[in-house]
Amino acid sequence: MIEIEVEKQQGAFRLAAQLALPETGISALFGRSGAGKTTLVNMVAGLVRPDRGRIAVGGELLFSSERGIDLPPERRRLGYVFQEGRLFPHYSVRGNLLYGARRGAARIDFDAVVALLGLAALLERRPGDLSGGEKQRVAIGRALLAAPRLLLMDEPLASLDAPRKAEILPFIERLRDELHVPVIYVSHAMEEIVRLADTLVLLSDGTVAAVGSVEELTSRLDLRPLTGRYEAGAVIRTTLAGHDVTFGLSELAFPGGRLRISHLPLPLGTAVRVRIRARDVALSRTRPTGISIRNIFAARIMEIAPDRGPLVDIRLDIGPPHQQVPLWARITLRSLQELDLAVGSEVFALLKTVALDRTSLGRYDSAAFGEDEAG
Amino acid sequence: MSPALTPVEIEALRLSLRVGLWSVAASLPLGLAAAFLLARGRFPGKLVVDGLIHLPLVLPPVVVGFALLVLFGRHGAIGAFLYQRLGVSFAFNWKGAALASAVMGFPLMVRAMRLSLELVDRRLEQAARTLGAGRVRVFLTVTLPLMGPGILSGVILAFARSISEFGATITFVSNIPGETSTLPLALYTLTQVPGGDAAAWRLALLSVALAMAALIVSELLARRLGRRIQGLT
Repeated sequence: MIEIEVEKQQGAFRLAAQLALPETGISALFGRSGAGKTTLVNMVAGLVRPDRGRIAVGGELLFSSERGIDLPPERRRLGYVFQEGRLFPHYSVRGNLLYGARRGAARIDFDAVVALLGLAALLERRPGDLSGGEKQRVAIGRALLAAPRLLLMDEPLASLDAPRKAEILPFIERLRDELHVPVIYVSHAMEEIVRLADTLVLLSDGTVAAVGSVEELTSRLDLRPLTGRYEAGAVIRTTLAGHDVTFGLSELAFPGGRLRISHLPLPLGTAVRVRIRARDVALSRTRPTGISIRNIFAARIMEIAPDRGPLVDIRLDIGPPHQQVPLWARITLRSLQELDLAVGSEVFALLKTVALDRTSLGRYDSAAFGEDEAG
Repeated sequence: MSPALTPVEIEALRLSLRVGLWSVAASLPLGLAAAFLLARGRFPGKLVVDGLIHLPLVLPPVVVGFALLVLFGRHGAIGAFLYQRLGVSFAFNWKGAALASAVMGFPLMVRAMRLSLELVDRRLEQAARTLGAGRVRVFLTVTLPLMGPGILSGVILAFARSISEFGATITFVSNIPGETSTLPLALYTLTQVPGGDAAAWRLALLSVALAMAALIVSELLARRLGRRIQGLT
């Protein structure tokens, strides 16, 4: 368990956060800039001192104002990957990687990390010669080799362009899947979080607005102002159930049906999380025929949320009887009235396969969050 | 005019180098400490300390020499103590010349080091600490190497100031051949005797050569260090 309970006044800004996170998988801190994400992570790392509170990881107190404990950063055994990498310019890549490398029992195999992050060709280079993506990979490797019990990542992709982001994301997934290092991941990009995170923490104005599974929090209407209107959508947990080699498609099974997506090069049975944006879902009163869309689900309208002006968001249930699987659809107010839709109406939800690209899919750690809590 | 140096010239040159090297070596640790205090320290009276360190830069050198004479002379407040307890004397010997040089060069050394320390990215020091390095290791492996060019230029400036020091030295330890008569002082002696012009010229050129050599070596080293701390090979 990672327990954080801190207060700090910084000028006019007040941070007062209380949360408990699992020690497995990736926990994301999400919020607008200025919400206190970085300050919170810096407190865990020991770089910012809270006015009051306690911070404990795996039962060990790192900070406690009550008991006068404040471990210096070097004794907290946490890895930190900063937004700007912060590589030491006067060391080679190898020198950077080895700077905090632990020896003895807690040692992490140098060659394994180099292989995992694809750093073999860079070892003798110097930080000034590296691209942004390469720098971040070295920064991740450097933090890992210090054998941290928890890895903190503060927007590690924020300074990279889209292709570089796509280059790093798989490496971060591998940290979780292969090295089993718990991660606290700060981000203000919902695509990254849906792809990577198991647990989501919503921060707003220095307080914790909600903690829960990514699926649960992204489908809650009351949290919409925090998760973002553009980002509105549902996250569904699925299992990779089949490959259609002829047409280059894959099938994801979830309670309530199967979802066809572009071929996903992963083994059958892999747990895959899918984010379906509300604006990619259309509704029909009758089951449409003669249509190119392959993903058609029988649905019941659970909730209708007026959105800005001409648009409405509709929460649907596409699960089997007695098991809800939420899906959001965004349609115009005019369609709502013309189709005569109301809470309880039976409809069909339509989703184009091409709307689900790689950025909407993420593997997840099924152990990270109890199924009952995930809801 | 023979190109070979005369014994007198060699003696003045060796004395200048010895005084310069000792004054720089002895003030280096103190200079680093003062640079840290001024760049990172927060304490009442910091402006006064800052002013005291920089004072030799703006005072007439003869005032500094006189102050040293009062404090470090055989009967001075500090000099008497050092002589009676430790047997160390700065009076009228090359050690006194080195002390005078060190005091005069100190502000230049501290200034260069302080500026370079202020440019060291503290976020790199934080990164090092999250990697398990304590304060001492961070200082030795991150802060000090990144200050490299500033330390180098501080040392060179102080050394250059030392080999050109005149006023404070002659006031404090007088002008004794072979003991305190460094290049500028020897040159001064020659200008005071009839027919000494040719010999004075030679010492002047020697001073120029020494100063140029110091500047060129420092520039070459600074380039290498500069590339290194920018993360380039």
